[in-house]
Amino acid sequence: MKKLTGKILLTAATILGASTALSAETFKFAFQGDAQGLDPHGLNETFTLGFLGNVYEGLSRYDGNQNLKPALAESWEVKTPTTWLVKLRQGVKFHNGNTFNADDVIFSWKRGLTEGSDQKVRASLIQDIKKIDDYTIELITPAPSPVLMQEMVFYYILDKEWAEANNATKAANVKNLNDAGYANLNANGTGPYKIASRQAGVKTVFVRNADYWGESNAKIDKIEFTPIKEAATRVAALISGQVDMVYPVPVQDWQKLGDSKGVSALTGPEARTIFLGMDQWRDELVNSNVKGKNPFKDIRVREAFARAINLDAIKKKIMRGSSTPSGLMVAPQINGYSAKLNNPYAYDPAKSKALLAEAGYPKGFELQMDCPNNRYVNDEKICQAVVGFMAKVGVKVNLLAQPKSKYFAKVATQNNNDTSFYLLGWTPGSIDSHNVYQNLLSCQNTEKKRGLFNYGRFCNSRVDEITGLIGSETDAAKRQALIDEGFSIVQKEVGYLPLHQQPLSWGVSDKVTVVQRADNVFDFRSIKFNQ
Amino acid sequence: MISFIVKRILQSLLVMLAVALIAFALFQFVGDPINNMVGQDTSLLDREKLRQDLGLNDPIFIQFFRFVGNALRGEFGFSYVHRLPVSQLIGERFSATIELSFVSAVIALVVGVPMGIYTAINRRGLLSRSFMTLSLIGVSLPTFLIGILLILVFGVSFRWLPAFGRGEVVNIGWWSTGFLTASGLKALILPSITLALFQMTLIMRLVRAEMLEVMRADFIKFGRARGLNNRSLYFRHALKNTLIPVITITGLQLGSIIAFAIITESVFQWPGMGLLFIQAIGDADIPIMAAYLVLIALIFVLINLIVDILYVRIDPRLRTSTSGSGGQ
Repeated sequence: MKKLTGKILLTAATILGASTALSAETFKFAFQGDAQGLDPHGLNETFTLGFLGNVYEGLSRYDGNQNLKPALAESWEVKTPTTWLVKLRQGVKFHNGNTFNADDVIFSWKRGLTEGSDQKVRASLIQDIKKIDDYTIELITPAPSPVLMQEMVFYYILDKEWAEANNATKAANVKNLNDAGYANLNANGTGPYKIASRQAGVKTVFVRNADYWGESNAKIDKIEFTPIKEAATRVAALISGQVDMVYPVPVQDWQKLGDSKGVSALTGPEARTIFLGMDQWRDELVNSNVKGKNPFKDIRVREAFARAINLDAIKKKIMRGSSTPSGLMVAPQINGYSAKLNNPYAYDPAKSKALLAEAGYPKGFELQMDCPNNRYVNDEKICQAVVGFMAKVGVKVNLLAQPKSKYFAKVATQNNNDTSFYLLGWTPGSIDSHNVYQNLLSCQNTEKKRGLFNYGRFCNSRVDEITGLIGSETDAAKRQALIDEGFSIVQKEVGYLPLHQQPLSWGVSDKVTVVQRADNVFDFRSIKFNQ
Repeated sequence: MISFIVKRILQSLLVMLAVALIAFALFQFVGDPINNMVGQDTSLLDREKLRQDLGLNDPIFIQFFRFVGNALRGEFGFSYVHRLPVSQLIGERFSATIELSFVSAVIALVVGVPMGIYTAINRRGLLSRSFMTLSLIGVSLPTFLIGILLILVFGVSFRWLPAFGRGEVVNIGWWSTGFLTASGLKALILPSITLALFQMTLIMRLVRAEMLEVMRADFIKFGRARGLNNRSLYFRHALKNTLIPVITITGLQLGSIIAFAIITESVFQWPGMGLLFIQAIGDADIPIMAAYLVLIALIFVLINLIVDILYVRIDPRLRTSTSGSGGQ
């Protein structure tokens, strides 16, 4: 009997040993959520697109330092301000063996305009595509579009024949998935990795594409991805060695990673700027004790708020030294950023009080603040700190911190921007300032699709004008001058209160090296096992 | 008997309808699902159109009746976030939750019953007292904390057991099982203990109380007077009489084990229905939430129904004309 037990134990040990030996070539990582389907036109969201960017490719791509590089396009050239001549790469194969050519690009562009697509904004940057030959196309834009190729990074190309054969010529539409669900469950790109298996919300397995056209710098044969929702479990999974990389890691867990053997925190500044916005359009604030007028319409009150908030304290106490206090609405990685303009409002509570008194609120006033509590790094804690800072100068802020689904439903433009004072974060998808002008700084105009995320409806006619100008100005120096002028106006007018760029926070096993991109996209090609 | 069952089934249907209606009333407060379904650049027009298409602008009652109508035809719609049929998502996750719940129930019984007997027989023993103290901790510590503590000790410090997930699974038809692989069995240990702990202490305390009660009964005294030995007294006579209420409670608790697996599943990233539900709440994924709540109601209702029927079979007193209220 004893012998038998011994044997069983031995066999069990062998099985266990074998399974660890096999997994040596597998890289495992975890994120807090999952990609929302595999359709490259299904959802325009950073994680989903970044995840799919290992399987699919666009005409262009970013390298590890966020520099624009050619991908499926070999080169491009601006013929007239609205015509781009693009040479496509030859000899590229999709995962199913089909050859990539101009027809696939044209097909993918049209597919992005179909009803279920969430890539309509990018697709409509192009008015028409003229096929010159199988590997040369002309992109016609409705207006000059200097950042077209930046936008094309996340616009992925599908195989026309594959989509037609599988009834997936339209983007997956959540309303009627029986119709076009195939591309949501299956992937066929040109990228360095193929999807071997996937169970939504549970596990996705990638295998290396041996026929990849690019330099074969993808080294890992198999990659396993698991979403882990709870931050504590995610960190424990990393420390226990079950996964090689996790993100995001809560800022307060960095210490724990540092103290644990074999893992470390990989951090860097994210291109996302966190800021506060103020209702500058209502005649009377919602939920405030000031009746008959809106204090935020007075620039002195806005400045008083700016002077009352101590960015360095937020950095030190809440962000554990990891944030970069900002005076601009864009991060240094963003095209159009200007270091000399990046001057945060100096912390000066005495001046803040004086400004409030001057504006007619010597005893301060009361208002409500909206804040998400599961969207940005320590979002709720930042808001609580703001409540404290404002209390010091006599302004009573009632904080309403809610999960993002509830928060966005309340403050969104569809809900008539039901907020007086709010916290929001923004990364321009195109890595260009124009996106910030378009969405946050220009006056809100739903018809022109401007300022849709300008929840406080800051409105300055010159800034509004500049938004249009930089959208089509192709001379880099002139464009930068316009961008600078606009940012200076926003600062002078105290249109927004920028807080900081939040940190990227990954946890990585010492066994591996990965490259962390400023847009928080994880490119599998950068993974290396350390020997 | 037949009329009793029919009556019970009709009542059960009513309960499920009520659950669904309450669920839909609550969905008004979970936030806007649209924001999780589209990217930040999507225009207001497209967002509004999506709302309209999904019927989110309709009054609650319309949404509710549409859900019930579809559910009767076996359709539960598509998850907003995963963009997959809800029935498929729940089907994939069902086996994970059932296996975890089953193992937990077995642990709770196999450990809880002997501990209960022991503490009843040796009431003043040192071990009994420590069991009782430990059981207090089991009842009062939240599942979340127990899970995290187990992960820290066995997953992170000793690295004996996996900190998350289900290990390798084997698919037998549509059922995926973790029972057939070493990693699947190892992955079961921590979450099943976490989930079992509360039920285990409950069963232990119940067995103890029942046992003490029975030990005072006349037939035990009589047995002792007849000179039966302790072993026969405790296990043949006392325990048998104790187990009837224990089995009833355990049966009813099975439903709550399945329902309360939510917390354990989210701590251990156990890919079951509870985790799916928690994620759905975060994303305001209404089709998943609705289907899950109705399914859990169905499980509860079924278990109650079975218990009721068993009661009628076992207890002749309930087979009279007033049988409808039996077992409540």
